[in-house]
Amino acid sequence: MLDRINKAQNMIETACKKLGKQINIMEVCGTHTVSIFRNGIRTILPDNLKLLSGPGCPVCVTDQSYIDNVLQIADNKDCLIATYGDMIRVPGKGGSLETKQTTANVKIVLSSEDALQLAKDNPDKTVVFIAVGFETTTPATAVAIKEAHADSVDNFCVLSGHKLVVPAMKALVSTKNDHIDAFLCPGHVSVIIGYNSYKEIVEDYGRPCVVAGFEPIQIIEGLAEICRQLADGKTKLESVYSAVVTAEGNTIAQKIIEECFEPADGYWRGLGEIEKSTLKIKDKYSKFDALKRFDITETPVEDTSGCQCGEVLCGLIDPPQCKLFGKTCTINTPIGPCMVSSEGACAAWYKYSLKEKP
Amino acid sequence: MKTDKNDRILLAHGGGGQLSDELIRHHILPRFDNNTLAELTDSANLELDSKSICFTTDSYVVKPLFFNGGDIGKLAVCGTINDLAVAGSKPVALSLSLIIEEGFEFKLLDKILDSISQTARDNNVNIVTGDTKTVEAGAADKIFINTAGIGVKLDGIDLGFKKIKAGDKILINGTIGDHGMTIMSQRKDIKFQSQLKSDCAGLADLITKLLEGSNGVKFMRDPTRGGLAVTLNDIARQAGLSIEINQADIPINPNVQTAADMLGFDVLDIANEGKVVAILSAESADQCLNICRKHPLGKEAKIIGEIVKPKNVPIVEMTTIIGGKRIVHIPYGRQLPRIC
Repeated sequence: MLDRINKAQNMIETACKKLGKQINIMEVCGTHTVSIFRNGIRTILPDNLKLLSGPGCPVCVTDQSYIDNVLQIADNKDCLIATYGDMIRVPGKGGSLETKQTTANVKIVLSSEDALQLAKDNPDKTVVFIAVGFETTTPATAVAIKEAHADSVDNFCVLSGHKLVVPAMKALVSTKNDHIDAFLCPGHVSVIIGYNSYKEIVEDYGRPCVVAGFEPIQIIEGLAEICRQLADGKTKLESVYSAVVTAEGNTIAQKIIEECFEPADGYWRGLGEIEKSTLKIKDKYSKFDALKRFDITETPVEDTSGCQCGEVLCGLIDPPQCKLFGKTCTINTPIGPCMVSSEGACAAWYKYSLKEKP
Repeated sequence: MKTDKNDRILLAHGGGGQLSDELIRHHILPRFDNNTLAELTDSANLELDSKSICFTTDSYVVKPLFFNGGDIGKLAVCGTINDLAVAGSKPVALSLSLIIEEGFEFKLLDKILDSISQTARDNNVNIVTGDTKTVEAGAADKIFINTAGIGVKLDGIDLGFKKIKAGDKILINGTIGDHGMTIMSQRKDIKFQSQLKSDCAGLADLITKLLEGSNGVKFMRDPTRGGLAVTLNDIARQAGLSIEINQADIPINPNVQTAADMLGFDVLDIANEGKVVAILSAESADQCLNICRKHPLGKEAKIIGEIVKPKNVPIVEMTTIIGGKRIVHIPYGRQLPRIC
């Protein structure tokens, strides 16, 4: 493996030397972010190659209004909240699921299937599944909705916070900002959506897109491919994760998503409202839609904490440039979601980075 | 009124009357047969060979009660023994306190008591005093155990943070993260199926051999909750020195690594129950490594890094497998599985 690493590292160095200016590559996946920091990848890259952590951590991009809605539902004593672990520490109005609730009505689940089982095991409670995540987790949520429908598990519902990756990438490069030279595209999401989904970013927006897996060597090889393209003046769509990612993706999973969800305009933390970027539950399954069951409207809330997670997610600042980073916002006392989530850029920076630690 | 094997704990088993007596005489005493306990005095009378003793206590609330590689009883004995052993003492006597939820099945209680008895025998310690309490259903989760222990200081052994110097080597006696990942995989709310096994083991024998066979051991700690990350950070902070470790040298079972990767955990943060981290003088490192590797609990022992002078503040830094560098941070108190 060391041979492959050396080869890729040399390729990066040669390309960056040739380019002779700062190159900004955005990784659009929280798992990439964590792997990059945990393996110290930034520390072996040339000084003029900068990695930006993009909006790829599901907890981080979830708008404040969604968190507040979750906390509001959790106040209902007849409800059981079924959530992925990362969500329980995100602060909202008056606390977080961790501080506001007890483990009695907040259950950590690893899958939508576990949430549905919770509903079957607790018929006297309404189980609300806090469904966040990109195209990786959406098919499983859709399967749970379909199963709840088929088995008439009427005490189960879903608060959909599901999002689509590509509209957010387009929003980032279609603004006037030209700080992103290329994208390292997510591995898991691409398994579902297929690498052809990034075609528009490459062809219409002129940014190289390379799909990579999560092992350090796969990330480094992905970066090497991007650097080579930039140095050669090329803009191409590539996958260095060809063992699992195909051009079309998993069409069965795509169909299941389409059956239960439809794209809708929606709010992202930091990026604001993005056209057709979130997934809402189709009318056919509306009885499993927590928004309808609890008569909740999604209204964006202004964040007054001074947290700059939004700018971090857009790659406009590095976490240490945020006024709160390492001062009032730490791993133990997180203010913004990027510090809460294990996949957040601020948490990764705080935990693993050697430099710029206050 | 003799209790049947299928019976369950009643509140009255903790009431000090006939049922309490039954519980002690039929379930506890026969398993921990020793003269000190048999006297059933209010306090155990112990004759010790040394003026200098180590004394520790720990409580055990692990769920599930039974896991691959151990159970709450084995853990309660090993955990306290290990705390005594890493302080440079030979464990000699333990107390055993049980807090049992009303309705708990006797057959499970007996299984746990058998395990405690066996583990104590295996590690040459006696249970010399104890207590049982019962609480209403819902006031505790099945059974909680507290053990306290006394160890006799080994002759001429003086361990401490103050002895640690730049250049000292760091040894671990085997793979990390096995206990924590096993527990997590078996927990009811994380139905992650796997073939993992806890490393739960009493380390007194290994540690005694290490201390008797080398005079280069300066400090030891068992990296339990918070894993290697917390232990190394504690050592760095208390010694006022930095630590550099090499990821490629840290023994990790591939199944543990896979499970941790899937849940988004860092193996360095995961609990161990049969591991010791020892800080050694550079000259004694090979000797200590050899002693460890000859012991069944130290076959996979490795030198994983060294103590260095801090550049600024004391930190723990790791050279990763790809040659990158990163900080090893103290984890937040609760492991939360990631979304995808």
